[in-house]
Amino acid sequence: METLERLLLAHPFLAGIDPQFGRLLVGCAKNVRFAAGEFLFHESDPADEFYLIREGMVALEVSVPGRAPLVISTIGEGDLVGASWLVAPYRWNSDARATTPVRAFSLDAACLRRKSEEDHHLGYEMMKRLMQVMVNRMHAARQQLLDVYGTAPA
Amino acid sequence: MSAAVLADAMLPAPYRVTAARRELSDVVTLDLVPLAGEVPDFAPGQFNMLYAFGVGEAAISLSGDPSDRSRFVHTVRDVGAVSRAIAAAQPGMVLGVRGPFGAAWPVAQAEGHDIVIVAGGLGLAPLRPAIYHVLNNSERFGRIALLYGSRGPDDILFREELGALRARLDIDVAVTVDHAGRDWHGHVGVVPRLIEKASFDPANTVALVCGPEVMMRFTATALLGAGVPDSRIFLSLERNMKCALGLCGHCQFGPDFVCKDGPVFGYDCIARRLAVREI
Repeated sequence: METLERLLLAHPFLAGIDPQFGRLLVGCAKNVRFAAGEFLFHESDPADEFYLIREGMVALEVSVPGRAPLVISTIGEGDLVGASWLVAPYRWNSDARATTPVRAFSLDAACLRRKSEEDHHLGYEMMKRLMQVMVNRMHAARQQLLDVYGTAPA
Repeated sequence: MSAAVLADAMLPAPYRVTAARRELSDVVTLDLVPLAGEVPDFAPGQFNMLYAFGVGEAAISLSGDPSDRSRFVHTVRDVGAVSRAIAAAQPGMVLGVRGPFGAAWPVAQAEGHDIVIVAGGLGLAPLRPAIYHVLNNSERFGRIALLYGSRGPDDILFREELGALRARLDIDVAVTVDHAGRDWHGHVGVVPRLIEKASFDPANTVALVCGPEVMMRFTATALLGAGVPDSRIFLSLERNMKCALGLCGHCQFGPDFVCKDGPVFGYDCIARRLAVREI
């Protein structure tokens, strides 16, 4: 457990976090591995955990009837996969597939939501960090929508 | 500028197309050799005015190795009547050339620093001379990173060269695409997202950025967020250039002319103007 806590707190998403929060978080965390091609989760499944990637790459995909699945984003080492655990109805809205062997920390969403309710300082700290990730991804998604390379001249 | 000098600068010199390589469905790289005289020196980031006789003239960045004095190399996307005529040029044909013109990438100023090169789409072409220069003189620079983004896997420019660069030990190369299917095994996402993963010391970094202007704005913001000072972020702007001498005013950008004062500008000088829609 001590090693898990040390490794967990070394993850970039938790960089600099108060060690007392680390002790709370480690109780919700475990090490997980996925083989290349294995799914972390599927669209509409319950979002009952999320992942901090230690190694490897994960593709977020959306299935479109009659077409091959579209990769909307890839997420790599040091990143977080999954935010749907945070807001009702707690269901994933995309598939997440390991494109390489992946090592990650899985955090139990119900456990973290409960501890955040019990300790709002922890909840606020986690919310600030998640908000940073979500805002960055929203900005990136907007840029993707712009399709900026469509007609740019030399 | 005297009338004689002005006349010279406005007079295209005839260059023969010696090679035409199709890079993408709408992008061609041309090698040009003068019918008389030598190929002038050029600095990374500069451009020439290429003249398709009977059609018109367009500003096209130089995309070759600046240490290669045997030819000019230009990479052209077919987007309009003039660029279409230039991109359709075949070996043996003659084009008019005026130049080189414009402000260059500050490669000398970057010596001793880490260097981050961020290119989007065809923006890799104006940065290619800087990449050649930096790699030809890599001992003068710190860590070197090339971050490239394109629309999709089929739109990656200079794909083989990027592959070769990836195999080198003196440059980190990362490629991402905005959209992809499962057959693409690399990054998917916009190119500014590569910045947070790149290995460089932000306080000691010079960043060179070229691509669609929207992409450059977001990239500059990401570089600032990573801690790169605005005075060491450089962008190459695209405007409608006609005379290339700062006389006609077509490419005016606030108090500057992109053809003469640019196309390479320090972000600290133009950041506020980039946000003004009317400019």
